[in-house]
Amino acid sequence: MTDRGKDRFTKKVYARPKSLVDVKSHFCPGCHHGIAHRILAETIDHFGLREQTVGVACVGCAVFLYDYIDVDVAEAPHGRAPAVATGVKRAQPDKFVFTYQGDGDLAAIGTSEVIHAANRGENITVLFVNNTTYGMTGGQMAPTTMLGQKTSTSPYGRDFRKDGYPIKMAELLATLEGTAYSARVATSTPAQIRKAKEAVKKAFEMQIKEMGFSIVEFLSTCPTNWGMKPLDAQKRVLGEMSEYFPLGVYKERKQADFL
Amino acid sequence: MTTDVIMAGFGGQGILMIGNLLSIAAMEEGRHVTYFPAYGVEMRGGTANCTVVLSDEEIGSPVVGRPRACVVMNGPSLDRYLPAIREGGDLVINRSLVDPAKVGRKDLRLLAIPANDIAREVVGSQQLASMVALGAYVQRTGAVRMQTLFDCLPKVISKKYEKFIPLNVNALKEGESFARNHA
Amino acid sequence: MNVAARVEQRVFMKGNEAICVGAIAAGCRFYYGYPITPQNDIPEYMSAHLPTIGGTFLQAESEVATINFILGTSASGKRVMTSSSGPGISLMQEGLSYMAGSELPAVVVNISRSGPGLGGIAPSQGDYFQAVKCGGHGGYRMPVLAPHSVQEMYSLAMLAFDLADKYRNPAMILGDAIVGQMKEPFTQTPYVPTVSQEKPWALTGCAGRPRQHVKSLYLKDNAIEVHNWKLHRKYLKMQEEEVRYEDYHLDGAKIAVVAFGTAARVSKTAIQWARREGIAAGMLRPITLFPFPGAQLEEIAKRVDVLLVIEMNTGQMLEDVKASTTFHDKIRFLGKPCAMPTPEEIHGELRKLAGRGR
Repeated sequence: MTDRGKDRFTKKVYARPKSLVDVKSHFCPGCHHGIAHRILAETIDHFGLREQTVGVACVGCAVFLYDYIDVDVAEAPHGRAPAVATGVKRAQPDKFVFTYQGDGDLAAIGTSEVIHAANRGENITVLFVNNTTYGMTGGQMAPTTMLGQKTSTSPYGRDFRKDGYPIKMAELLATLEGTAYSARVATSTPAQIRKAKEAVKKAFEMQIKEMGFSIVEFLSTCPTNWGMKPLDAQKRVLGEMSEYFPLGVYKERKQADFL
Repeated sequence: MTTDVIMAGFGGQGILMIGNLLSIAAMEEGRHVTYFPAYGVEMRGGTANCTVVLSDEEIGSPVVGRPRACVVMNGPSLDRYLPAIREGGDLVINRSLVDPAKVGRKDLRLLAIPANDIAREVVGSQQLASMVALGAYVQRTGAVRMQTLFDCLPKVISKKYEKFIPLNVNALKEGESFARNHA
Repeated sequence: MNVAARVEQRVFMKGNEAICVGAIAAGCRFYYGYPITPQNDIPEYMSAHLPTIGGTFLQAESEVATINFILGTSASGKRVMTSSSGPGISLMQEGLSYMAGSELPAVVVNISRSGPGLGGIAPSQGDYFQAVKCGGHGGYRMPVLAPHSVQEMYSLAMLAFDLADKYRNPAMILGDAIVGQMKEPFTQTPYVPTVSQEKPWALTGCAGRPRQHVKSLYLKDNAIEVHNWKLHRKYLKMQEEEVRYEDYHLDGAKIAVVAFGTAARVSKTAIQWARREGIAAGMLRPITLFPFPGAQLEEIAKRVDVLLVIEMNTGQMLEDVKASTTFHDKIRFLGKPCAMPTPEEIHGELRKLAGRGR
């Protein structure tokens, strides 16, 4: 073996982020929470924030955030994470404060809290994982459930005449003056994961620079409740979900121009 | 000694201000006192009223069903409080706006004072009608000392209006002298 | 102390404002709330004063958001307060349950109004059950303090912060429109802390220590059962250590009024009148509604002929009175839902019970 070849095997190209706890994941095969967790942990490490961070966990599969991310975490009632984060941030403006919420939590029961936190320009970061269903409770219809999608409470498929339309939170929140950054990303390909990381970094920077509210919406999967194999679930994200929920940056404040 | 008074009139007549002044004067004299204003939706009917209880011992109820005295600055307040006043109680009415003939009851010590007219013509500001009425009430009942009222004026009048304190003193004095001359 | 000096220290203020003065004296620097009558003096006072002393006032979009702002600031280890009235307190019940489960201290003030529903703004004690039995889910308790004067609005606000910290639990002040809106002189006794305010459990970033969590979810094995018994022991300790009440002329009394807050305040006048007529009336006034002074009540029940329970509702504390004594035949009730009983009414009742003509 040449020296060059030896290098290839001793050079570290992958390591567990310091902020990611070394435990076995409980998430279902093909679920993207693990990817989002890793991106979150890597970004906390990137900015060296682990010891200055307070996270807020929501209700749903996402609540187990505190088993995986090695930072202080408060648990919020269903939908209230942006309000709890407000209370933490107002009490400790020097801390990095984020919430990690699912689509039932943020886009249904917690709509009021997230809109007003954004509108106040609350200097917090929201990571929003949209998998178009209530995962933990058994795959019920969510505010983000696609038209025609069958769930355990829309067994005939979501009908806009009865249930309205899937709600587009990244676009909606981008319209508010207090929002500094709003983007939608996916994590179904390596390229998308790289872009997602860039988006989360931007969102963190907004808070660090005290620019106001930042949110990154992740299009995610729930193979278990979708009744799909993990690979088919990826295809669904890349296909119909990305068509209805376009990826991209909806708002990016360039400077403190909000005064 | 325990006494109490309900003061009532239009919003803007200074009812709550004279209630506060009387209460603070009583406090300065080392007595127990409670002040209870109308609040909430009642404020939107254009009426204002407050109840003041003064005592040398611990005060129970801050609200009084049958007051020992009333200071009535407008007509609707007379309709509302006249039946409630205790027998032998004191009633001070603002004769400029309230018709004494409507009082009817003979069991009260009535003082009908043209408070608006005195305030406007003698003191020089109609806004001080309630202050005139307070002077009359205090002269009639001895609830507190007049001098204490004068001394406490700076505590109820904001810095912005402190130049009007002498005018308020005059208003109290005019009310007092009217009451003395109509005893 | 001469009279002049004593007079000098008295402040003439609304009950709602005295709560704020007490809270600030106790070190509260965070207040969140949402407008509702008849407690708006509290957010108005806090919005004017907290920013001048380095504190934070924030008006929330709802009481649901309010109680969760409170949760977040409490989890940060700070003394924090909110206030509201009936309908708003209903919206906070979810958050209160989470805070009790997560063992987070805070002071919640209910300047209650009439209900149910939108009800009215008349003074009422209709929120007794909600406060004392706790309206949120899952079974928890909290200390409930019932001031009957502006002085107590001030001093019980300070006590509420200490009790909240002592037990890592929300504490409630249950007032009403009368005690909130009335003004009377009170003495600003200095705040003397009775508990440590060190909060090593607070979420302040995990510098130099392992990460920690504030949570109420316990899914593993029998963890939630263990947690429930732990909380229960806390509530038992409250019952052992925190009972507070006023004994008003109970020595030798044959008729004992049992009343709290404004109903007790009004009763004092009636009892003064009755005693002047030689009627042996007195009053047990619970200052803590939870823990309820049940043992004291039973002692009094043995000695008196009549227990006259007076409430501004149709009989809520009445149930706790009945649960505290076996002398049910001695209990009488005077209820005034959504209105204040007058001293005249109570006096008439006392005369009737004493066998005097009306």
